[in-house]
Amino acid sequence: MPRKAPEPVQIVKQRRDAALNALVSGVPYITFMGISFDRRGDEVTGVLSFDDKLIGNPMLPAIHGGVTAAFLEVTAVISLSWAYIWEDFESGALDVEKMAAGDLPRLPKTIDFTVDYLRSGLPRDAYARATITRAGRRYASVQAEAWQDNRDRPFAQATAHFLMPRPD
Amino acid sequence: MSADKSNIARQFIELIPHSKALGMQIVSIGDGLAEIMMPYDERFIGDPKTRVIHGGAVSALMDTCGGAAVMCHPDAPAGTATIDLRIDYMRAATPGQAITARAEVYHITRSVAFVRATACDDDTDRPVATATGAFTVEGR
Repeated sequence: MPRKAPEPVQIVKQRRDAALNALVSGVPYITFMGISFDRRGDEVTGVLSFDDKLIGNPMLPAIHGGVTAAFLEVTAVISLSWAYIWEDFESGALDVEKMAAGDLPRLPKTIDFTVDYLRSGLPRDAYARATITRAGRRYASVQAEAWQDNRDRPFAQATAHFLMPRPD
Repeated sequence: MSADKSNIARQFIELIPHSKALGMQIVSIGDGLAEIMMPYDERFIGDPKTRVIHGGAVSALMDTCGGAAVMCHPDAPAGTATIDLRIDYMRAATPGQAITARAEVYHITRSVAFVRATACDDDTDRPVATATGAFTVEGR
Protein backbone atom coordinates (compact mmCIF):
# COMPACT_ATOMS: atom_id res chain seq x y z
CA MET A 1 0.00 0.00 0.00
CA PRO A 2 1.64 3.28 -1.07
CA ARG A 3 2.21 5.82 1.68
CA LYS A 4 1.79 9.52 1.13
CA ALA A 5 5.18 11.19 0.74
CA PRO A 6 6.05 13.42 3.69
CA GLU A 7 5.94 17.16 3.08
CA PRO A 8 9.30 18.74 2.20
CA VAL A 9 10.90 20.21 5.31
CA GLN A 10 11.07 23.76 3.94
CA ILE A 11 7.31 23.78 3.22
CA VAL A 12 6.58 22.72 6.80
CA LYS A 13 8.96 25.29 8.28
CA GLN A 14 7.73 28.07 6.06
CA ARG A 15 4.09 27.43 6.96
CA ARG A 16 4.76 27.32 10.70
CA ASP A 17 7.03 30.37 10.71
CA ALA A 18 4.53 32.32 8.62
CA ALA A 19 1.67 31.42 10.99
CA LEU A 20 3.66 32.44 14.08
CA ASN A 21 4.86 35.63 12.41
CA ALA A 22 1.31 36.59 11.41
CA LEU A 23 0.09 36.00 14.95
CA VAL A 24 2.87 38.08 16.52
CA SER A 25 3.22 40.93 14.01
CA GLY A 26 -0.54 41.50 14.00
CA VAL A 27 -0.35 42.89 17.56
CA PRO A 28 1.08 46.45 17.67
CA TYR A 29 1.91 46.29 21.41
CA ILE A 30 4.24 43.28 20.88
CA THR A 31 6.20 45.30 18.31
CA PHE A 32 6.23 48.35 20.61
CA MET A 33 7.75 46.25 23.42
CA GLY A 34 10.38 44.68 21.13
CA ILE A 35 9.21 41.14 21.82
CA SER A 36 9.86 38.38 19.27
CA PHE A 37 9.38 34.61 19.30
CA ASP A 38 11.73 31.70 18.63
CA ARG A 39 10.18 28.44 17.46
CA ARG A 40 11.34 24.83 17.74
CA GLY A 41 8.58 22.59 16.41
CA ASP A 42 5.50 23.63 18.32
CA GLU A 43 7.48 25.08 21.25
CA VAL A 44 7.72 28.88 21.30
CA THR A 45 9.99 31.08 23.42
CA GLY A 46 9.38 34.79 23.89
CA VAL A 47 12.44 37.04 23.55
CA LEU A 48 12.40 40.52 25.07
CA SER A 49 15.21 42.54 23.49
CA PHE A 50 16.54 45.01 26.00
CA ASP A 51 15.96 48.70 25.37
CA ASP A 52 16.35 51.75 27.65
CA LYS A 53 12.61 52.44 27.46
CA LEU A 54 11.97 49.20 29.40
CA ILE A 55 13.70 50.53 32.54
CA GLY A 56 11.59 51.03 35.67
CA ASN A 57 14.22 51.97 38.23
CA PRO A 58 16.99 54.06 36.64
CA MET A 59 19.06 53.96 39.88
CA LEU A 60 19.65 50.16 39.87
CA PRO A 61 18.94 49.95 36.87
CA ALA A 62 16.18 47.34 36.58
CA ILE A 63 13.46 46.43 34.09
CA HIS A 64 10.05 47.90 34.97
CA GLY A 65 7.78 45.45 36.82
CA GLY A 66 5.07 46.31 34.31
CA VAL A 67 7.37 45.29 31.46
CA THR A 68 8.01 41.93 33.12
CA ALA A 69 4.27 41.42 33.64
CA ALA A 70 3.55 42.44 30.05
CA PHE A 71 6.27 40.16 28.68
CA LEU A 72 4.83 37.18 30.58
CA GLU A 73 1.29 38.05 29.47
CA VAL A 74 2.31 38.41 25.82
CA THR A 75 4.13 35.07 25.99
CA ALA A 76 1.11 33.41 27.62
CA VAL A 77 -1.38 34.80 25.05
CA ILE A 78 0.79 33.94 22.04
CA SER A 79 1.60 30.44 23.34
CA LEU A 80 -2.09 29.78 24.02
CA SER A 81 -3.24 31.14 20.63
CA TRP A 82 -0.48 29.20 18.91
CA ALA A 83 -1.55 25.92 20.53
CA TYR A 84 -5.20 26.77 19.75
CA ILE A 85 -4.64 27.27 16.00
CA TRP A 86 -1.86 24.68 15.49
CA GLU A 87 -4.06 21.85 14.23
CA ASP A 88 -6.02 24.16 11.97
CA PHE A 89 -3.08 25.59 10.07
CA GLU A 90 -1.28 22.25 9.98
CA SER A 91 -4.34 20.62 8.37
CA GLY A 92 -4.91 23.55 6.06
CA ALA A 93 -8.28 24.46 7.61
CA LEU A 94 -6.73 27.81 8.48
CA ASP A 95 -5.18 29.65 5.53
CA VAL A 96 -1.75 30.96 6.55
CA GLU A 97 -1.65 33.38 3.60
CA LYS A 98 -4.91 34.95 4.73
CA MET A 99 -3.50 35.18 8.25
CA ALA A 100 -0.40 36.93 6.95
CA ALA A 101 -2.66 39.38 5.10
CA GLY A 102 -4.24 40.36 8.40
CA ASP A 103 -7.16 37.95 8.73
CA LEU A 104 -6.20 36.71 12.18
CA PRO A 105 -8.07 34.27 14.39
CA ARG A 106 -9.68 35.83 17.46
CA LEU A 107 -7.41 35.96 20.49
CA PRO A 108 -8.09 34.62 23.99
CA LYS A 109 -9.07 37.29 26.52
CA THR A 110 -7.24 37.61 29.84
CA ILE A 111 -9.53 37.02 32.82
CA ASP A 112 -6.89 37.43 35.50
CA PHE A 113 -3.16 37.56 35.70
CA THR A 114 -0.88 37.10 38.74
CA VAL A 115 2.82 37.76 38.60
CA ASP A 116 5.46 36.94 41.22
CA TYR A 117 8.64 38.96 41.10
CA LEU A 118 11.50 36.68 42.15
CA ARG A 119 14.48 38.97 41.53
CA SER A 120 15.04 42.22 39.73
CA GLY A 121 15.12 42.16 35.95
CA LEU A 122 18.60 43.14 34.72
CA PRO A 123 19.15 45.54 31.83
CA ARG A 124 19.65 42.81 29.23
CA ASP A 125 17.58 40.43 27.09
CA ALA A 126 15.00 38.19 28.75
CA TYR A 127 13.29 34.99 27.68
CA ALA A 128 9.96 33.44 28.59
CA ARG A 129 8.04 30.24 28.04
CA ALA A 130 4.46 29.38 28.88
CA THR A 131 2.88 26.06 29.81
CA ILE A 132 -0.79 25.48 29.16
CA THR A 133 -1.91 23.66 32.28
CA ARG A 134 -5.44 23.24 31.06
CA ALA A 135 -7.03 24.16 27.74
CA GLY A 136 -10.77 23.86 28.03
CA ARG A 137 -13.40 24.83 25.47
CA ARG A 138 -14.17 28.08 27.29
CA TYR A 139 -11.40 28.62 29.84
CA ALA A 140 -7.67 28.01 29.90
CA SER A 141 -5.08 28.05 32.68
CA VAL A 142 -1.57 29.06 31.75
CA GLN A 143 1.70 29.36 33.67
CA ALA A 144 4.66 31.35 32.43
CA GLU A 145 8.23 31.84 33.52
CA ALA A 146 10.82 34.45 32.52
CA TRP A 147 14.58 34.25 32.90
CA GLN A 148 17.70 36.03 31.73
CA ASP A 149 21.16 34.49 32.02
CA ASN A 150 20.22 31.22 33.63
CA ARG A 151 17.16 29.17 32.77
CA ASP A 152 17.12 27.70 36.32
CA ARG A 153 16.99 31.14 37.95
CA PRO A 154 13.74 32.73 36.74
CA PHE A 155 13.27 36.42 37.65
CA ALA A 156 9.48 36.24 37.41
CA GLN A 157 6.65 33.74 37.08
CA ALA A 158 2.98 34.14 36.33
CA THR A 159 -0.32 32.30 36.53
CA ALA A 160 -3.16 33.38 34.28
CA HIS A 161 -6.67 32.46 33.22
CA PHE A 162 -8.08 33.13 29.80
CA LEU A 163 -11.48 33.14 28.15
CA MET A 164 -11.19 31.26 24.87
CA PRO A 165 -12.74 32.70 21.69
CA ARG A 166 -16.05 31.11 20.77
CA PRO A 167 -15.83 29.08 17.56
CA ASP A 168 -17.48 31.07 14.73
CA MET B 1 7.09 66.72 55.32
CA SER B 2 4.32 64.83 53.58
CA ALA B 3 4.25 67.37 50.75
CA ASP B 4 8.02 66.92 50.33
CA LYS B 5 7.60 63.17 50.16
CA SER B 6 4.88 63.53 47.54
CA ASN B 7 7.17 65.77 45.49
CA ILE B 8 10.06 63.31 45.69
CA ALA B 9 7.73 60.45 44.70
CA ARG B 10 6.31 62.56 41.86
CA GLN B 11 9.78 63.41 40.55
CA PHE B 12 10.89 59.78 40.76
CA ILE B 13 7.80 58.48 38.93
CA GLU B 14 8.15 61.13 36.23
CA LEU B 15 11.72 59.94 35.57
CA ILE B 16 10.83 56.26 35.01
CA PRO B 17 11.75 55.57 31.38
CA HIS B 18 9.04 52.95 30.78
CA SER B 19 6.28 55.06 32.32
CA LYS B 20 7.38 57.91 30.06
CA ALA B 21 7.39 55.56 27.05
CA LEU B 22 3.74 54.71 27.83
CA GLY B 23 2.89 58.43 28.21
CA MET B 24 1.79 58.11 31.85
CA GLN B 25 0.88 61.32 33.68
CA ILE B 26 0.42 61.74 37.42
CA VAL B 27 -3.04 63.08 38.21
CA SER B 28 -2.56 63.18 41.98
CA ILE B 29 -0.18 61.71 44.53
CA GLY B 30 0.12 61.83 48.32
CA ASP B 31 -0.50 59.99 51.61
CA GLY B 32 -0.45 56.50 50.17
CA LEU B 33 -2.83 57.35 47.33
CA ALA B 34 -1.88 57.78 43.69
CA GLU B 35 -3.77 58.41 40.48
CA ILE B 36 -2.03 57.99 37.12
CA MET B 37 -3.43 58.42 33.62
CA MET B 38 -2.31 56.66 30.44
CA PRO B 39 -3.61 58.15 27.17
CA TYR B 40 -4.90 55.86 24.39
CA ASP B 41 -2.17 55.08 21.89
CA GLU B 42 -2.49 52.84 18.82
CA ARG B 43 1.00 51.42 19.49
CA PHE B 44 -0.39 49.77 22.64
CA ILE B 45 -3.18 47.85 20.86
CA GLY B 46 -3.33 44.21 21.96
CA ASP B 47 -6.16 42.96 19.77
CA PRO B 48 -6.05 44.30 16.20
CA LYS B 49 -9.67 43.27 15.58
CA THR B 50 -11.17 45.24 18.45
CA ARG B 51 -8.36 47.87 18.80
CA VAL B 52 -8.44 47.33 22.57
CA ILE B 53 -5.27 48.20 24.56
CA HIS B 54 -3.11 45.21 25.55
CA GLY B 55 -3.45 43.92 29.11
CA GLY B 56 0.31 44.29 29.48
CA ALA B 57 0.08 48.09 29.20
CA VAL B 58 -2.66 48.05 31.86
CA SER B 59 -0.37 45.90 34.06
CA ALA B 60 2.44 48.45 33.66
CA LEU B 61 0.03 51.25 34.61
CA MET B 62 -1.23 49.33 37.68
CA ASP B 63 2.32 48.49 38.76
CA THR B 64 3.54 52.08 38.42
CA CYS B 65 0.49 53.42 40.23
CA GLY B 66 0.85 50.86 43.05
CA GLY B 67 4.54 51.70 43.46
CA ALA B 68 3.73 55.43 43.47
CA ALA B 69 1.15 54.93 46.23
CA VAL B 70 3.76 53.12 48.35
CA MET B 71 6.43 55.76 47.74
CA CYS B 72 4.21 58.61 48.86
CA HIS B 73 2.96 56.82 52.01
CA PRO B 74 4.01 58.64 55.20
CA ASP B 75 5.33 55.38 56.76
CA ALA B 76 7.38 54.26 53.74
CA PRO B 77 10.87 55.73 53.86
CA ALA B 78 12.08 55.45 50.28
CA GLY B 79 12.09 52.97 47.45
CA THR B 80 9.86 50.03 46.71
CA ALA B 81 9.73 46.96 44.49
CA THR B 82 6.78 44.79 43.54
CA ILE B 83 6.60 41.41 45.28
CA ASP B 84 3.45 40.26 43.51
CA LEU B 85 0.60 41.76 41.57
CA ARG B 86 -2.73 40.23 40.60
CA ILE B 87 -4.89 41.89 37.99
CA ASP B 88 -8.51 41.05 37.23
CA TYR B 89 -9.75 42.21 33.85
CA MET B 90 -13.42 43.07 34.19
CA ARG B 91 -14.07 44.30 30.66
CA ALA B 92 -12.31 45.58 27.55
CA ALA B 93 -11.23 49.24 27.78
CA THR B 94 -13.07 51.39 25.22
CA PRO B 95 -10.75 52.12 22.25
CA GLY B 96 -9.80 55.80 22.02
CA GLN B 97 -10.23 56.52 25.72
CA ALA B 98 -7.47 57.13 28.28
CA ILE B 99 -7.15 54.70 31.19
CA THR B 100 -6.73 56.10 34.70
CA ALA B 101 -5.53 53.94 37.59
CA ARG B 102 -6.07 54.79 41.22
CA ALA B 103 -4.05 52.92 43.85
CA GLU B 104 -4.15 53.00 47.63
CA VAL B 105 -1.96 51.49 50.30
CA TYR B 106 -4.54 49.90 52.60
CA HIS B 107 -2.05 48.38 55.02
CA ILE B 108 1.65 48.82 55.63
CA THR B 109 4.11 47.01 57.90
CA ARG B 110 7.86 47.55 58.43
CA SER B 111 8.62 45.48 55.36
CA VAL B 112 5.50 45.10 53.23
CA ALA B 113 2.90 47.46 51.77
CA PHE B 114 -0.46 46.03 50.66
CA VAL B 115 -2.01 47.83 47.74
CA ARG B 116 -5.38 47.88 45.98
CA ALA B 117 -5.90 49.52 42.61
CA THR B 118 -8.70 50.17 40.13
CA ALA B 119 -8.43 51.22 36.49
CA CYS B 120 -11.21 53.04 34.62
CA ASP B 121 -11.77 54.63 31.23
CA ASP B 122 -14.33 57.43 30.70
CA ASP B 123 -17.09 55.28 32.23
CA THR B 124 -15.93 55.51 35.84
CA ASP B 125 -18.84 53.42 37.15
CA ARG B 126 -17.57 50.26 35.48
CA PRO B 127 -13.86 49.56 36.16
CA VAL B 128 -11.79 48.09 33.35
CA ALA B 129 -9.56 46.22 35.79
CA THR B 130 -8.80 45.87 39.49
CA ALA B 131 -5.53 44.83 41.08
CA THR B 132 -4.09 43.82 44.42
CA GLY B 133 -0.40 43.69 45.14
CA ALA B 134 2.29 43.43 47.77
CA PHE B 135 5.26 45.80 47.57
CA THR B 136 8.51 45.92 49.53
CA VAL B 137 9.15 48.75 51.98
CA GLU B 138 12.80 49.61 51.55
CA GLY B 139 15.42 51.68 53.31
CA ARG B 140 14.28 51.27 56.88
